[in-house]
This record gives sequence, C-alpha cells and structure tokens, in this order.
Amino acid sequence: MRDTPLSNCERRFLLKAVEEKKRLDGRQTYDYRNIKITFGTDYGCCIVELGRTRVLCQVSCELVPPKDSRPTEGIMFFNLELSPMASPAFEPNRQSELLVMLNRQLERCLRNSKCIDTESLCVVSGEKVWQIRVDVHVLNHDGNLMDAASIAAISALSHFRRPDVAIQGRDITVFSPEERDPIPLSIYHMPICVSFAFFLQGSYLLVDPCEREERVKDGLLVIAMNKHREICSIQSSGGIMLLKDQVLRCSKIASVKVSEITELINKALENDRKIRKEGGKFGFAESMPKERITALKRDEAPVEMTDVKETASEINILRSVSSPVLVAMGTAQVGEGIVNSWGLDEDEEDEPQTEDTKTDEVMVISDSEEEEVVILNEEAQ
Amino acid sequence: MDTIHACFKEKIGEVLLPGDVFSFRLPESGDGSIKTEKIICGPGLRRNGEEVQVCKSGILRHKQPNMYWIDSQQRRYVPAKGESVIGVVTSKSGDIFKVDVGGSEQASLSYLAFEGATKRNRPNVQVGDLVYGQFTIANKDMEPELVCIDSCGRANGMGVFGADGLLFKVSLGLVRRLLAPQSEIIKDLEKIFPFELVVGMNGRVWVKAKTVQQTLIVTNLLETSENMTSQQRQTLFKRVAEGSL
Repeated sequence: MRDTPLSNCERRFLLKAVEEKKRLDGRQTYDYRNIKITFGTDYGCCIVELGRTRVLCQVSCELVPPKDSRPTEGIMFFNLELSPMASPAFEPNRQSELLVMLNRQLERCLRNSKCIDTESLCVVSGEKVWQIRVDVHVLNHDGNLMDAASIAAISALSHFRRPDVAIQGRDITVFSPEERDPIPLSIYHMPICVSFAFFLQGSYLLVDPCEREERVKDGLLVIAMNKHREICSIQSSGGIMLLKDQVLRCSKIASVKVSEITELINKALENDRKIRKEGGKFGFAESMPKERITALKRDEAPVEMTDVKETASEINILRSVSSPVLVAMGTAQVGEGIVNSWGLDEDEEDEPQTEDTKTDEVMVISDSEEEEVVILNEEAQ
Repeated sequence: MDTIHACFKEKIGEVLLPGDVFSFRLPESGDGSIKTEKIICGPGLRRNGEEVQVCKSGILRHKQPNMYWIDSQQRRYVPAKGESVIGVVTSKSGDIFKVDVGGSEQASLSYLAFEGATKRNRPNVQVGDLVYGQFTIANKDMEPELVCIDSCGRANGMGVFGADGLLFKVSLGLVRRLLAPQSEIIKDLEKIFPFELVVGMNGRVWVKAKTVQQTLIVTNLLETSENMTSQQRQTLFKRVAEGSL
C-alpha cells in the first residue's frame, strides 16, 4: 500500500513552525517524547514506546561452532525488520534504504563499541560458543526509529539471561532454567543512539523528530554514546554541510540525553527484577492499562434474575424433560439415546447376552469407540 | 404494527456486536390489516431475508421517522458517492489528476471539473496541492472519481485551497460529529479564537489560524476531543481560553 503523500501546505507549515521553534505536539527543540520500557515474561524480550513509535526486541542464544578467525569469541547477530504493520510505506521483503541504514547503524552501535564481552561467551575454545541473536521488529512508525531500536536492543540485552553450562573435559551440559538459574550477559556499557534532524540547510535542528518532521528534514545526524561520555559512533546522512561547533553542540546535548535514558533503562530493569523476586505478576499483560477507549464505553448492565426460576420451570414443562434414571452405581442416564440409524448390519448379529450383571459392577453405556472408557470416581461411595 | 419499531426501540443507545439479529414476528391477530412499514437501515445494518443483522460493532442510533444505523469507531475511509473529501494531488497525467483520498485506490479528477475551466483555460493545480471535492463515482469495482463543481457548474466552496494551515487526520466518528448541524465542538472552539476549518469525510481536517501557535493549539484540541466527554472537553477549552496566548 502506498503511504499518504505530504502536501505542499503541510511542508510549508512544518518548516514555518520549525523556524519559529514550535513543534507539532508542543515539545521544545531538545525534548524527547515519553519513553516507556516494558519487559515480557521471557528473559530478553522488551518493548519500547517512544511517543507513538513502538519497537519490540527479542534476544535469544544458541550454541554454535565459532568463526575460524576468532575461535575464542562468541558471535553476535543483529537483525532489524520493518513490517507493513508499522507503516503503509513499508512493503514486505523489500530492501529499502531506510532498512539498510538502520541495520548498519544498529550493528555499528552495538558490535563495534564492544559493549558485550564476547570472550565470556566462549564455552569450549574452537568448538562451541554462544551465538547471541538480537531481533528488532518495528511495530509502529511515528518517527525516530533509530533511537527506539537502540534503546530496545540494549535493554533487551541487559535483561537477557543465558542458560548455565558445565564443562567436563569435552562434555558440555546445558542446564535448563529450572535446574540452575540462568546467567546474565556481561555488558560493559550501554551505547544509545540520539538522532538530530536538520532543516533549512542546517540552520535549525530538532531532537527526536516525529514522522512528519522527518519527512521535511534535510539531513540526519545520529550520535551513539554511553553515559561515560564516550562516543561510540557518529553518522551523518542527507548530504548537509555541518559546522564543527554544530557537531560539538549536538554531542553535548546527546550526552545529557543519554544519561537520562540510561537512568530510565536501569530503573525499568530494577523494577522488573524486584517484581520477579517478589513473585508478583510481570510481563506485557500487566503493563498495559485497561479501559483505553472511552468514547463508546458503557457501564455494566445488571441482568434481571428475578423470574429465572419460573422461566426455567416453564421450559421444563414445555419440553417435558425427563428426570435422570440411575442405572447403576456411578452411571445415570437422561432420556433415551438416539438409536444408531446408520445401519451397520454386521454389528447386529447375536451377541451373547449376559444376564448376570453384578449390581456393584459399573455398566458402560457410552457408544464411544475408544478402547477403554475411564469412569471417574469409580471407588467413590 | 409497532413490532418492528418496538424491536429496535428497546436497543437504541445500546452497544451491539456483529451477529446480533433483529427478527420480527408478524402480529398474530388476524384482523387482516397488516400495515407495511418502511425502515431505512443505515451503515452497519443489513437485511437478510426476514431479519436485520448487525455487521459492525457500535451503538444503535435512531433518527425520525424511520432511520436506524450503527455508530462505530473507524479510521479507515471507504469512498462513497456524494461525500465531500479532502484529497492530495499526487500526479498530473494528460487530462486528469490523480488524487489520494485515503482509500485503497487513488481517485481521478478531470481538469475540466473545476469552475470556469475550459480546454484553453486550465486550472492552476500543482502536485501536492489540497483539493476539496465530491465523489461522482465511488464503488468497489472501479477507481473513484472526484469533481470540484456541483451539478449547476458552480464551485460552491470546492476546489484547490490551503496555501497555509495544517492538515491532520482524525477518526471518521469525530468528523461526523464536527459536520453535524449543531456541532457542540465547533461552537466551543469558536469562542477561543477565530480560525478557518475544512473538514473532509475521509477523516482529514485542515485548520488555519492567525499564528502558527494558534493553529497548533486548535489541531491538538481537535485531536484530543475525540475521546473526551463533553464535560471534560468544555473544561479543557475553558482552561485554554483563559490561558491562551
């Protein structure tokens, strides 16, 4: 499906608003939208909501032989997918520029910064290492996918627990989560991407552009940083000319934002850990608020129960329902069964009629074709 | 005689789900005079032989004398004949413009369908402009067609518009509430400050006020008044009017 084209008047209005330093939702130039991080019931599953942009990340692991060039290191694999659910502009199985850019930036931010200790993922050098796979799915596109994806990826990696292993010589035993507690990954630092959108030949910039602001931007600058003020990667796209002091200013803003976001991630992880330890309910279902749509909501309607009994007895009389007949201990019959009218002639041969049925033996009346019909509470009174 | 109306009447204002059925029993008194009644089933209701079935979930509404329909929440627009919509021109090819109206197909708009347009005197329409037009053909088998003149040949408010101002999208239910004859939302909004408003039945609304800030305020107010009761909305508007810039 095609995406709605941007009309000229919208473009003019958005640029005029940027000049006057006004944003569509009333934010300031350097403000982020509300960030909400929720974790699922599995370890390593995380949903990040940045305003209306929603991104889901799932981390999983597997034992594989290592790469020949690096026999003592584990393998990290990143994958980001844009599904048509996120926006009508995304078509399935199409390699668009945006997808390539997001994938490359995510890899650069997490792999080249060496935020995960890959040596600790080695089980048997040269034979078995852990391969950690990070899958990011975009659920709704309302601008600034890069930031949301990086926050989701690093939160999911910090939340993830891999199974414990024991090595005896050449034998590897992988313990299930019930046998031994799974171990978290060793993460040195949390790199987070911050996006800056530039307008009107670089004279104006906005942090965290929403989808419509992204459409009228001239260029994009993405800075990946951690809270120790170390820059992990910088990428500038769109072909705009940036001045040195602009880039320095952006990195200063990025360091402030990154420390706020890192604190938020740590708080969310701490909350989740606390709830799991106390045995409370955790997961996505608990974090979703109930009663969202309110315009057509109705109050509960009481059900009239006063004349239920009379109505029921009337129905009974009308249909002449027979009362149950106790055939033997533990078996009763209501009404006559319908005679099998399919005419299986070979079954109607003479069967030896056993007259001596004991009274305490339970009779099986059912027609089921199962070999053994189990009757519950056989030995009950 | 009143069985049909009575069947509906007891459910007016109640939430119905797809699959609910209204079946009618003919009056058993054999007086021979069965009056035929006409009932108009609006959107969300469908006749199925002797029954009327509900096909959309929502609240049953009634308008005198005999019109019933289901009021439902929806954001996806389906083109219907006679409705006035806001479209965005996407391409010009020969004699027709292709206009995006938010449906599954792009609508076509002929360059002669403007007021005072002749073969020599072409209208000044560029790609990316906003047009307000009506559907002449809109069924599910063909691409819809728009025109910007009415049956007398006059523009009547339709055509290209919107040099400035902001276009945004809301749900179809809110659009119907805005276009109702005595719309409370519009009346409340008027008291705050003056602005221009164009409402398309495809869920698109165009707003222009004196300054950018005021335009943004009106946009946000309209978007949030979708899920508020009239009480909450009036308190919000009052707060804005007092603290308005």
